[in-house]
Amino acid sequence: MLLIRCPYCEAERPEVEFTYAGEAHIARPADPSALSDEEWRDFLFIRTNPRGRHFERWRHMHGCGRFFNAVRDTVTDKFAMTYKAGTPRPSDEEIALAVSASSAATPAEEARP
Amino acid sequence: MLLANHPLLGKTIPGDTASRLSIRAAEDVARFSLRIDPAAAQSAGAAFGTPLPTRIGRLVEAGGRMALQLGPDEWVLTAPVAESDGIADAFAALQEPHSLVDIGHREVGILVEGEAAALALRAAIAFDVDAMAVGTGCRTLFDKAQIVLIREDKNRFRIEVWRSFADHVWGILHAVSREIALGL
Repeated sequence: MLLIRCPYCEAERPEVEFTYAGEAHIARPADPSALSDEEWRDFLFIRTNPRGRHFERWRHMHGCGRFFNAVRDTVTDKFAMTYKAGTPRPSDEEIALAVSASSAATPAEEARP
Repeated sequence: MLLANHPLLGKTIPGDTASRLSIRAAEDVARFSLRIDPAAAQSAGAAFGTPLPTRIGRLVEAGGRMALQLGPDEWVLTAPVAESDGIADAFAALQEPHSLVDIGHREVGILVEGEAAALALRAAIAFDVDAMAVGTGCRTLFDKAQIVLIREDKNRFRIEVWRSFADHVWGILHAVSREIALGL
């Protein structure tokens, strides 16, 4: 089972407490009626679906109840970091820093296949 | 709460010397769910009579009243049943925007005590119960049922669970206590 760090509870919590909520940082258009059908379709349905690093929303459903954002690798399923909703997308340096900090804190986790 | 419909009224899973575990239905208490801006938590604490904790997972207990922070703007408050109306009145006079909901009839408490308490809970809770600090609590899942778990002491836990899930949680605790008693 994955352990996910909730940025509000500041604790590692089991995956079953969370629900996935799609890709993060998708802003709703300020004036929807001005959009063409194609632009509206893109907003509603078209996602990046990357292989590798993915910015996504999660909700700590059976905990504090809050939505937050996470950086997860879609290949290895490893979480690089989580951060509060509303904060900007972290830079590559911030993600690398978070990964090295978490691997130093939990060497046993890293040793697992 | 309406004790006639209490699913676990007076029930116990008695511990023997081998099991190091005793599980029983807790005494009924008044429970409230409080939602308020964390900036106004201090005035809410004044209304409740016990200061509210300011970190998620922390609890403050004094004079039979307990406040546990579950989320950034969410607390659960418990108190003796007789004080229920007084607390509701005190919050009615509070000038800050807030929501206080009486959830006393929604939930029942279960006390899990003994050396094997953490071991018993580990059977159905996915996080590291042993690592949980004394005097903290959190909302989590027990098997598939949502509970609030509070560690009152090293060997004493309190489960607050919705009454409709109580039989399910009780059944699992019963099976686990048998396994522990038999040394499985």
